[in-house]
Amino acid sequence: MFKYGNEMVKKLKTSRRKFVVGSLAAGSALISSTKSIASNIDDKAITEMQPWNSELGDGVDANPYGFPSEYEKHVIRRNVPWLTADPTSSVNFTPLHELDGTITPNGLCFERHHGGVAIIDPKKYRFMINGLVDQNTIFDLSDLARFPRVNKLYFLECAANSGMEWRGAQLNGCQFTHGMIHNVLYTGIPLKDILKEVGLKSSAKWILAEGADSSAMTRSIPIEKAMDDCIIAFKMNGESLRPEQGYPVRLVVPGWEGNMWVKWIRRIEVGDKPWHHREETSKYTDLFSNGKARRFTWEMDAKSVITNPSPQAPITHGRGQTVITGVAWSGRGKIQKVDVSIDGGVNWAEARLSGPADTKSMHRFYFEFNWDGKPLLLQSRAMDDTGYVQPTKDQLRSIRGENSIYHNNGIQTWAVDKDGIAENVEVS
Amino acid sequence: MLKSLKFVSYIIFLCSIYSISYSQTLGLGRAATNNEVSAWDIDIRPDGKGLPVGSGSVIIGEELYTDNCSSCHGDFGEGIDRWPELAGGFDTLDSEDPVKTVGSYWPYLSTVWDYVHRAMPFGNAQSLNNDEVYAITAYILYLNDLVDEDFELSHVNFEEINLPNEENFYLDNRENLENTTYNNRCMQNCKKVAMITKRAVVLDVTPEEDMTENNNLDKNDNIQIASFDPNLVKEGEKVFKKCKACHRIGLDAKNGTGPHLNNIFGRVAGELRDYKKYSKNIKKLGQEGLIWNNETLISFLANPKKYIKGTKMNFKGIKKSDELDALVEYLAASTKIN
Repeated sequence: MFKYGNEMVKKLKTSRRKFVVGSLAAGSALISSTKSIASNIDDKAITEMQPWNSELGDGVDANPYGFPSEYEKHVIRRNVPWLTADPTSSVNFTPLHELDGTITPNGLCFERHHGGVAIIDPKKYRFMINGLVDQNTIFDLSDLARFPRVNKLYFLECAANSGMEWRGAQLNGCQFTHGMIHNVLYTGIPLKDILKEVGLKSSAKWILAEGADSSAMTRSIPIEKAMDDCIIAFKMNGESLRPEQGYPVRLVVPGWEGNMWVKWIRRIEVGDKPWHHREETSKYTDLFSNGKARRFTWEMDAKSVITNPSPQAPITHGRGQTVITGVAWSGRGKIQKVDVSIDGGVNWAEARLSGPADTKSMHRFYFEFNWDGKPLLLQSRAMDDTGYVQPTKDQLRSIRGENSIYHNNGIQTWAVDKDGIAENVEVS
Repeated sequence: MLKSLKFVSYIIFLCSIYSISYSQTLGLGRAATNNEVSAWDIDIRPDGKGLPVGSGSVIIGEELYTDNCSSCHGDFGEGIDRWPELAGGFDTLDSEDPVKTVGSYWPYLSTVWDYVHRAMPFGNAQSLNNDEVYAITAYILYLNDLVDEDFELSHVNFEEINLPNEENFYLDNRENLENTTYNNRCMQNCKKVAMITKRAVVLDVTPEEDMTENNNLDKNDNIQIASFDPNLVKEGEKVFKKCKACHRIGLDAKNGTGPHLNNIFGRVAGELRDYKKYSKNIKKLGQEGLIWNNETLISFLANPKKYIKGTKMNFKGIKKSDELDALVEYLAASTKIN
């Protein structure tokens, strides 16, 4: 039996009992426009004094660097231990079902390391550019701070996000199926400004970005992308990069797979050919069922997921006014529309987009409706400004087979039962 | 006179603004020395660019591989636990269970040399010299039946080796093959009916969410370090990085490639029941009374293969006695879990 499902059921039963009591007392509270009074039942949260109503709280410096309410301790990144051999070369997942808006808080941005988190002394940080440039050059952090800088909001999605779902519904929670993504406001220097500073030779066609961590992560990137929108970033959401996100400096490669956003970046080499290193040959290549593989699949396709309700976030309020929300993004531009289906994709309705969002960033959508308490098959479908419409998983599989691992952007379905419990399923 | 001077300096001021905003570079950074570039520029390309002078044979590679690689990748490159397989897997890429190894999948040998050199052994990266990397690369070729046992790989013959799967990669073709077909935004009656075909609950592989657990608990809280030399413990923690790839310590430490080290002091050698990968000899020594303490740990860690013949711990040992002392202090301080 599904264990935390059980726990959810228990919780739901309690809250549903409350709901039944409430609605009996209130009459048909759902439809009537004036609120009824739950007579004889006074809410003790109001009638009784709470400790915080009279006692003094902490002074200003109790937490010089603040953290969330103690009632939010369950809002954390989680991993799936059986996925990888060791936590130093592994991944954890952003709790999308606990978040709203479009910005991912720094402490909840998912982590993917190939040799653990490098702890770099900023005084010893150096950034080298060499190869097909006029001058092999070294910058330290104070040099980088003197370049003109920009602020840009971008999503980072791991190419393997939803990769466990190629053969069918597997993990029960959008944190696990879709949590290898975050959306962050970066402060940094356009890479093209730094490349112009060192002077590109006319033969420059590719760059190699290299990390300072113990995996010395490397990826080849075509010069057109490097000169387009890549950023050498040192701040995320206003503060210094977190160690696990590449402190003190990382590469930002908007719209392209997360593995290319080299963390702890220490060097860029400019060359005339790609390097075909480990992360662009043995990994991050998409194997088809005929045994051949696609390489250099950099762009992240348009994708969306409903974050609430979802298996970790069931509907606990019963029938009536219900908010469906989720996120959508595209590596090719802006999200133009998100549609929601409550019947497994037979009929669709346009959702409402809200919040700051830009090209290659996460967008937030809402769909409000009056739930009649009948089971739902919830889906969302994104369309970006190139006209690309997020495909179904079957559409993807018909072209790519089931061994691709990477770039699974198929439409996700949550089955919600009459009690509001949601489950990861696939539909015909 | 004064006025005209003012005017001239104003013009000079304007010119300087002009030259700042239109100068070609910002004058930031400094030139790199040749030694600095060669210290970091270690990348290798398929056409051999970057490959250093050197050589190594399959025979030497076998020994190096056993010492440095086999504890994770297995004696035959078969991969232990979830660590990557390096050999075999031929004719599986179009099957339901593709096995992607150097022999079956990787397109270029340069990638092996580059990766072993830059990132391996795991937890002790860039510790192998060029000849050793040639030898290990040669041995990985041998494990894949791509060369004979008397083969020697060098910068001279490197480019003659082609991996069998090189031709089976092609460039991203989503734009033509997929993007043009995924453009139908159907809104009404898009299909007749939607029925559930697959369910996650059937598999039951989702990690459990413990709602009651205090998740922000500092995992080091229960680790006692009171009676130990804190500086030595700190030094030992650094030395322990050499062990981390295989061994875990701490509240939720589990067995990995090697056994967990909680309560290692006073533990009978080879006695952890839930650890299945002990060598025969370590179990035998345990039955004969080998107990881990300061003395036995230092002797073992100084030269594991000498102290316990046939140990599966593929680790050269720690030669510096101050590092050994620090490590054992750290183990003693950190592994007492109540």
